[in-house]
Amino acid sequence: MMAGAKQQSVGRAEQGGVVGWFKKRFPWDQLMEDHVTGYYAPKNFNWFYVFGSLALLVLINQIVTGIFLTMSYKPSAEEAFASVEYIMRDVDWGWLIRYMHSTGASMFFVVVYIHMFRGLLYGSYRKPRELVWIFGMLIYVCLAAEAFFGYLLPWGQMSYWGAQVIVSLFGAIPWIGEALVEWIRGDYFISDITLNRFFALHVIALPLVLVGLVVAHILALHEVGSNNPDGVEIKEKKGPDGRPLDGIPFHPYHTTKDIPAWVVFAFVFSVIVFFAPEMGGYFLEHANFEAADPLKTPEHIAPVWYFTPFYAILRAVPDKLGGVIMMGAAMFLLFLLPWLDRSPVKSIRYKGPLFKLAIVVFTVSFIMLGYLGTQPATGTYTLLSRIFTVLYFAFFLLMPIYSRIDRTKPVPERVTYHG
Amino acid sequence: MSDDVDLSRRHFLGVATGVTGAVGVAFAAVPFLASWKPSARAQALGAPVEVDISKLEDGALLKVEWRGKPVWVLKRTDTMLEHIEAVDDLVRDPNSEQPQQPPYAKNEFRSIRPEVLVVIGSCTHLGCSPLPRFEVAPADLGPQWKGGFYCPCHGSKFDLAGRVWEGVPAPLNLLVPPHRYLNDTTILVGADSGTA
Repeated sequence: MMAGAKQQSVGRAEQGGVVGWFKKRFPWDQLMEDHVTGYYAPKNFNWFYVFGSLALLVLINQIVTGIFLTMSYKPSAEEAFASVEYIMRDVDWGWLIRYMHSTGASMFFVVVYIHMFRGLLYGSYRKPRELVWIFGMLIYVCLAAEAFFGYLLPWGQMSYWGAQVIVSLFGAIPWIGEALVEWIRGDYFISDITLNRFFALHVIALPLVLVGLVVAHILALHEVGSNNPDGVEIKEKKGPDGRPLDGIPFHPYHTTKDIPAWVVFAFVFSVIVFFAPEMGGYFLEHANFEAADPLKTPEHIAPVWYFTPFYAILRAVPDKLGGVIMMGAAMFLLFLLPWLDRSPVKSIRYKGPLFKLAIVVFTVSFIMLGYLGTQPATGTYTLLSRIFTVLYFAFFLLMPIYSRIDRTKPVPERVTYHG
Repeated sequence: MSDDVDLSRRHFLGVATGVTGAVGVAFAAVPFLASWKPSARAQALGAPVEVDISKLEDGALLKVEWRGKPVWVLKRTDTMLEHIEAVDDLVRDPNSEQPQQPPYAKNEFRSIRPEVLVVIGSCTHLGCSPLPRFEVAPADLGPQWKGGFYCPCHGSKFDLAGRVWEGVPAPLNLLVPPHRYLNDTTILVGADSGTA
């Protein structure tokens, strides 16, 4: 490391021309050395490891398409719905930009959920990567807020009533609840004022926070180094050059692996944008093609698919405050994963049957809650929601026990290539 | 020279500067946070509304808008009032103990005049607007249903006085807004001058 850095600083001093002029004034070589060409990542990454860079790709998509949407969108209750129709019908290629943004929102969550699941499988949240995980969770929460604020903007029926339901969750807080809700809305109901401030949060405030968190996530990752499917610390086995024996430079090796992933993703993304942008009502809900009407609640209010697991938990509890607390806890427990998992090994490859069973139960519960969140809250569905809510919480709350007593397998010294 | 540095003085000055700065930030934050409160215009638009009930027939429901919320004015028939008494055992708060109404509506029928119900048609669970279901014992709501309001979002049920049923997600009775009679056929919704 030291030798490499010194060599480059010598090279920097000797380089002439425009490039030399630039490099004397900007630490370009050092940046590349630290984060790109000199960042050594494990050589046994599998396909699960493309989703971080895919998330970055979607973020770029959202920012670029979002900027262009703001050029035609009007953040006012009078004009918002019509301006989205205007974008869809009258702006050249407006439909494409809008569908890229709306599809991108759902694909962001697809990619991020798989990325998080990868971390869960291989124990990427374990010491020393707790902060990587926490920054990642903050990104997820920020993304959820960003998606929520963005969903109000088309000012359709589901935009309106979805926002009404979620904002009134804060009303469950004792004493200050009602005043807090009024403060968030800036009015006595979800109105033009609310729309205008959600627009500001969606296009300026949260994107800035999001980008900052992404930088923190990557900086923290590059400080401790990437985990891998074996959960082996590659920094513990270094060659004479000080580089990890089981690591290869991020560029050109992992970038070369990421490019095909981007191409495959672009293919899938295009198929959705061109052939199924509404995804049968899951990406763009049918009720949202009707303009917001404060006096008429849609027959069935369901959030977009990526919120439905948490929504199902909210509804499973027959008490308002209790439901809100459980929903918050469901998200908060994810933050605690690094400390709940007491297994001596990181990766699922070496974990025992108990942990494997727990992950299956968790995955099934999360998917089932996601499904139940889209369904009406009637008898059988409510009962199922309660069962899967209990299982969801059991996964986290019992983890300190089952992860410790589980029968694990020995972890190899070096990374492997099976599986 | 470094030997002469008075570290405790430097520490004191550092902390004092930090605390002063923090107080300044807190004060500077007030205008920004306060700017989120309902503006003067929003407050003006939230002023009381007059409702003419002279043409409201027995058993009919009138919907008006106040502060963006649906306000329901229901002219109840004698049968409807009997149906309210019939479900006393099924509702969570039969005597309106919770502060979901002004004092003058804390009575058997939750209204100033027994036959005229004024409530905000916004579910106390998550703010959806319940649907009027005045038929008795329909197939989907069960044999105990004596007419009332049903929330399609999460299945909360309310009787014809806006009282919430037991065992549904909504915790409280429908809110009775402040209101008063300006004359025999006109209700002012949104203000009561503190008295009935």
